[in-house]
Amino acid sequence: MMITLTVNGERVTRHVEPRRHLIDFLRLDLGLTGSHAGCEHGVCGACTVRVDGEIVRGCLVLAASLDGAEVTTIEGLTDSGEVADLQEAFVARNAAQCGFCTPGMVMAAADILAHHADADRAAIREHLSGNYCRCTGYQAIVEAVETTLAARREAVR
Amino acid sequence: MNDMPTPASIGLSREDLPNSYIGRSVPRPNLPKLVQGRATYTDDVVLPRMLHAAFLRSPHAHARIAAIRTEAALAVPGVVRVFTGADLAKVCDPWVAVLDHLKGMKSAPQHPLPLERATWQGEAVVAVLADTRAAAEDGVAALEVDWDPLPAQTDMETALDAGTVVIHPELGDNLVFTRTATKGDVDAAFAAAHKVVEATFVTGRHTGVTLEPRSIIADYNRADGTLTVHQATQAPHMMQTVYAKHLRMEEGQVRVICKDVGGSFGIKVHVYPDEVAVAAVARILGRPVKFIADRFESFASDIHARDHRIKARMAVEADGTIIGFDVDDLTGIGPYSVYPRTSAMEGNQVVNLVGGPYDFAHYRCTTRVVLQNKAPTCQYRAVGHPIATAVTEGLMEMAARELGMDPIELRRRNMIRDDAYPFTSPPGMRFEGLSHHASLDKLLEMVPVARIRADQEAQRKRGVYRGLGFAAFIELTNPSPFMYGIGGARISAQDGCTVRMDPDGSVVASSGVTEQGQGTEAILAQIVAHGVGVPVERVKIITGDTLNTPYGGGTWACRGAGIGGEAALQSALALKAQILEVAGAMLQAAPESLDIVMGHITDRATGAERMSLHELGRIVYFRGDTLPRDLPRELVQTRHFITKEYPFAFTNGIQACWAEVDTDTGMVKLLEHWVVEDCGRVVNPLLVDEQVRGGVVQGLGGALYEHCVYDERGNLLTTTMADYLVPMSAEMPDIHVGHVETPTKESLLGAKGAGEAGTAGAPGALMNAINDALAPLGAHVLEQPFTPARILAALGRF
Repeated sequence: MMITLTVNGERVTRHVEPRRHLIDFLRLDLGLTGSHAGCEHGVCGACTVRVDGEIVRGCLVLAASLDGAEVTTIEGLTDSGEVADLQEAFVARNAAQCGFCTPGMVMAAADILAHHADADRAAIREHLSGNYCRCTGYQAIVEAVETTLAARREAVR
Repeated sequence: MNDMPTPASIGLSREDLPNSYIGRSVPRPNLPKLVQGRATYTDDVVLPRMLHAAFLRSPHAHARIAAIRTEAALAVPGVVRVFTGADLAKVCDPWVAVLDHLKGMKSAPQHPLPLERATWQGEAVVAVLADTRAAAEDGVAALEVDWDPLPAQTDMETALDAGTVVIHPELGDNLVFTRTATKGDVDAAFAAAHKVVEATFVTGRHTGVTLEPRSIIADYNRADGTLTVHQATQAPHMMQTVYAKHLRMEEGQVRVICKDVGGSFGIKVHVYPDEVAVAAVARILGRPVKFIADRFESFASDIHARDHRIKARMAVEADGTIIGFDVDDLTGIGPYSVYPRTSAMEGNQVVNLVGGPYDFAHYRCTTRVVLQNKAPTCQYRAVGHPIATAVTEGLMEMAARELGMDPIELRRRNMIRDDAYPFTSPPGMRFEGLSHHASLDKLLEMVPVARIRADQEAQRKRGVYRGLGFAAFIELTNPSPFMYGIGGARISAQDGCTVRMDPDGSVVASSGVTEQGQGTEAILAQIVAHGVGVPVERVKIITGDTLNTPYGGGTWACRGAGIGGEAALQSALALKAQILEVAGAMLQAAPESLDIVMGHITDRATGAERMSLHELGRIVYFRGDTLPRDLPRELVQTRHFITKEYPFAFTNGIQACWAEVDTDTGMVKLLEHWVVEDCGRVVNPLLVDEQVRGGVVQGLGGALYEHCVYDERGNLLTTTMADYLVPMSAEMPDIHVGHVETPTKESLLGAKGAGEAGTAGAPGALMNAINDALAPLGAHVLEQPFTPARILAALGRF
């Protein structure tokens, strides 16, 4: 079937098979390889992207259901500059090792920045607990988010 | 060799100078691409005419393949070809995973796809090639295979019994390898001991769960006779050899390219039959073939590890002095030893490492490595270390309780003295220099033991059970050819680095070690920047390409910094000397009177800038006519490094875990965790700390959650991430990391490995914390993972 949607601010029209998952649509049909397929059961969070303002699992959403939707991936989030400070904090804090979880982790962390400005360490850990990272042990990621939240609160003050 | 308190004393630039990068927390240059989604993992690579492979995998733990009918699969739109074991055997020779130095070891020949029998559930049996992965999977679904199920051998305890199923009858029995290390007179010493503590420990079979699954694209080009393999691998040169040997090619005809890798932990250092099958298919078809394991395939066919049962005894004097250890280890490794490193190493490491931190006289440890109809096991992060550490440290805390001694004091009494080196352990491991006492002292500076014990006491009165557990450990790093090479495997213990300066003064270094996310490229850039004398931003690193890097071993057994780093340092220093010789000629100065600081030739005495490397490069590359005729001007240098004095550079450390056990639910809550480790010279503290933290969490995962569960017929029950639990952020504690630095004298850099220390000690520390919490209730657990059910059973509540 044909779908037309907005991906990273650009209008996209494609034919998709009914069984095509969003993550495969993004990676295989659009070449947006920043999002990753990790478990294909909605557990690991590597395929986390934003659909109409909410983060979703790209492996649990069928592309065919997204006619008219607005999708943002790590590529679009990066280009917008919305989380440039968070990404800098990830680099400074070494909050990524192999990087395979990182785009999904940044998408999930961006959701904290957008909706939970007062999140403390425990709340950050809880919010990120749907995103599996095998490398870091999570602490650096938690601290990168914590640092970014604090800096943003400071900037508002 | 490296009596260097500071880099200054070995002729490097002064440590306070800007380009002194060793020991500094420099952010990784390749992180921005990772956080922006701009990395290139193997699955991101798309080649013209590329086909996709999917595999039919055995639904049985053990079955004869009676017939394979492919017509329906070939009729599926998009399906191009179907290959069976017999098809691939025409172009690919089987392998037998044994090593000569593991005396008496045996295993059966293994083909990329089996010819007659499937021997574990999940073994790839038929390959379907199609123009998309989805079509290939449709083709797999349309295959028809007639199976004759056979009895499966799934219990390692009965694997050697008379009348049991012998998985490979030609081997005679299921015993792959056995080794006993002995020292002293264990029987007499134990008979005379004040006290003997004993227990049976079980470590659960678990696996690596790299978030990026195993990934490969093999591309055979008939026009030039080359096989190019894009692969997520830790050891590109080893894989080059494997493909060449078994596909009957020359090594020089095979190129392995490894761009970004989404985590390895040992999972991606082995030869997987389905990956060799992909290479064989590409060889036959003459076009690129991609295979990306899905998560089910990962659980069913990635190597598993740590499937051990250990009966262990420790004898002590009344004052707590350890008399000795007596250990019987049994491990089931699946139906084949894994090529080419073998599946005997883990048990062998248990024999080498039990009792590692301590000084004692009597030792007996046997490992028996047996076959089972389950997924093959092999080397996974911290090979054998978490097992040996949990056994040793579990016995230590039992002894402390029996003797009424403080567990810290018991350890201090028995740890090898910091001035006792060199030291040879009872199983024959040679230690160049360790720091158990200094590390324990450092740990006690970090862990508020008195406050924790007071809290523990107060909480117990409220019915809340908290425990503090410790685990000291040793870790084997910087392996020499004694690990694999002497056994006949073409696995390089040597590594090389080529460093060159380009006309603009920038530096490019290519290295045989590989980046798996641990930060190899970052520390190589730091070391090269330090050695040459340039800002780290001016250094680019090339890894992961057999055609463009010096031959080397890659990443395994903690060798990237210690071996690859030293090769980088030596080649950088050689390039610096070469540059200074050219600069001396240009500036009419003695080379030894000059230095290179942040990309400028300076006067060593005054620090005054004399010339930029940019200018030097311009003259060398474009106005060579102005230089003296005989002046050497090769601004490129290569050095290789291999350890020579010790078979391994051992490191050491100690961990503490503070945890709470809910005695109603059996759930364990991790409160806080501490690590002190000594990896020799720390090149980048930020990266080392995160390696340690990640390693701790991986160890905690195996001890608390992770378990490849099989039923008695060999069916794997944990094949999704909803069934196989991994540590997530909400359950993990804050982890505090401290360091003691005892550089190895084998190299100028002095670095040893750091990647496995966290995983080595965490399970033992957690086990001891849980048992400390449960002690007042008279309960303890020794079988990993420490699930709620097992803890409730120990409490008599389940």
